[in-house]
Amino acid sequence: MHELSIALSLIEAAGEEAEKHGAATVRAVYLRLGPLSGVEKEALLFSYGLAAEDTPLRGSQLIIEDSPVMVFCTVCGDRRPIRSLQCFRCAECGTPAMEVVQGRELEVVGLEIDS
Amino acid sequence: MSAEPRMVEVRRKVLKQNDIVAADLRRRFQEARVCVVSLVSSPGSGKTAFLEKTLTLIGKTHRVAALVGDLATENDADRLRRSHAPVKQIVTGTVCHLEAEMVRKALEGWNLEDLDFLFLENVGNLVCPSSYDLGEELRLVLLSVTEGEDKPLKYPTIFNTADVAVITKIDLASAVEFDWNAVLANIQAVRPGMSVLRVSSKTGEGLDEWQRLLEARFTTPA
Repeated sequence: MHELSIALSLIEAAGEEAEKHGAATVRAVYLRLGPLSGVEKEALLFSYGLAAEDTPLRGSQLIIEDSPVMVFCTVCGDRRPIRSLQCFRCAECGTPAMEVVQGRELEVVGLEIDS
Repeated sequence: MSAEPRMVEVRRKVLKQNDIVAADLRRRFQEARVCVVSLVSSPGSGKTAFLEKTLTLIGKTHRVAALVGDLATENDADRLRRSHAPVKQIVTGTVCHLEAEMVRKALEGWNLEDLDFLFLENVGNLVCPSSYDLGEELRLVLLSVTEGEDKPLKYPTIFNTADVAVITKIDLASAVEFDWNAVLANIQAVRPGMSVLRVSSKTGEGLDEWQRLLEARFTTPA
């Protein structure tokens, strides 16, 4: 369980970005989160409020956008979803998927701010 | 001051700072021509025993060293020092994984030019280490036969982000009726094409193949 330390890094990153954009207050932080980031969504949501205490982001809302795993399928010649995390095969043709092109994201993609 | 809130688009990795330090470490490792291998597994899968054998074996012909992460105690470093290789313990306190900055700090005072192989033993944990790049060239995930064949399915992220799976304690395989076909299928399900080694640190079985893999890495760096 390392979501509290991830939440602290997230608050720091979002705080720096908010400052760059001249935010007086931050209402919401939008995060893209992939299942291969190693971060658990529910635990991060729970930790966020704690980590935001005593920071300029206190009271802000964390909004998580899921970033599902996508692979490059060599048979289809295109990006494809996988069957499941327990089965890394192209969801369309079933070819084993070696190259992950999406799903490791842990990044701030937007802020809702008052300036 | 406007009354309405506004949306701004940003693109900022949460672990950007770790990624920057890891990229800098990777560049330093490449410049010094040191092959860096990290080891992750659940607690008790035999990382330290495997590393102790590795340091002794590879240390006969190459210059080896290790950093070892634990929440508490210097016990693992004391064990590994029996191999006579330079070893440093990273005590992480409450932190359940190694971060690039901890590796960078632990390497202060060491000359990377003096090394051929550096091993990074992560804290025993199959979840958190997958989030943090340490600048390594090769990431090993260890799985002992006593843990059960379905571990790869329960922890797909760590298996998918590792390069080689090492099945340890194979001397106990028949005692626990270990199902080889099941474990190999499960590994391939979560990481198609993954190389798998089978070793016993106790009997030495399989260590020759591990040695060949490492030596191939050293002579033909990625």
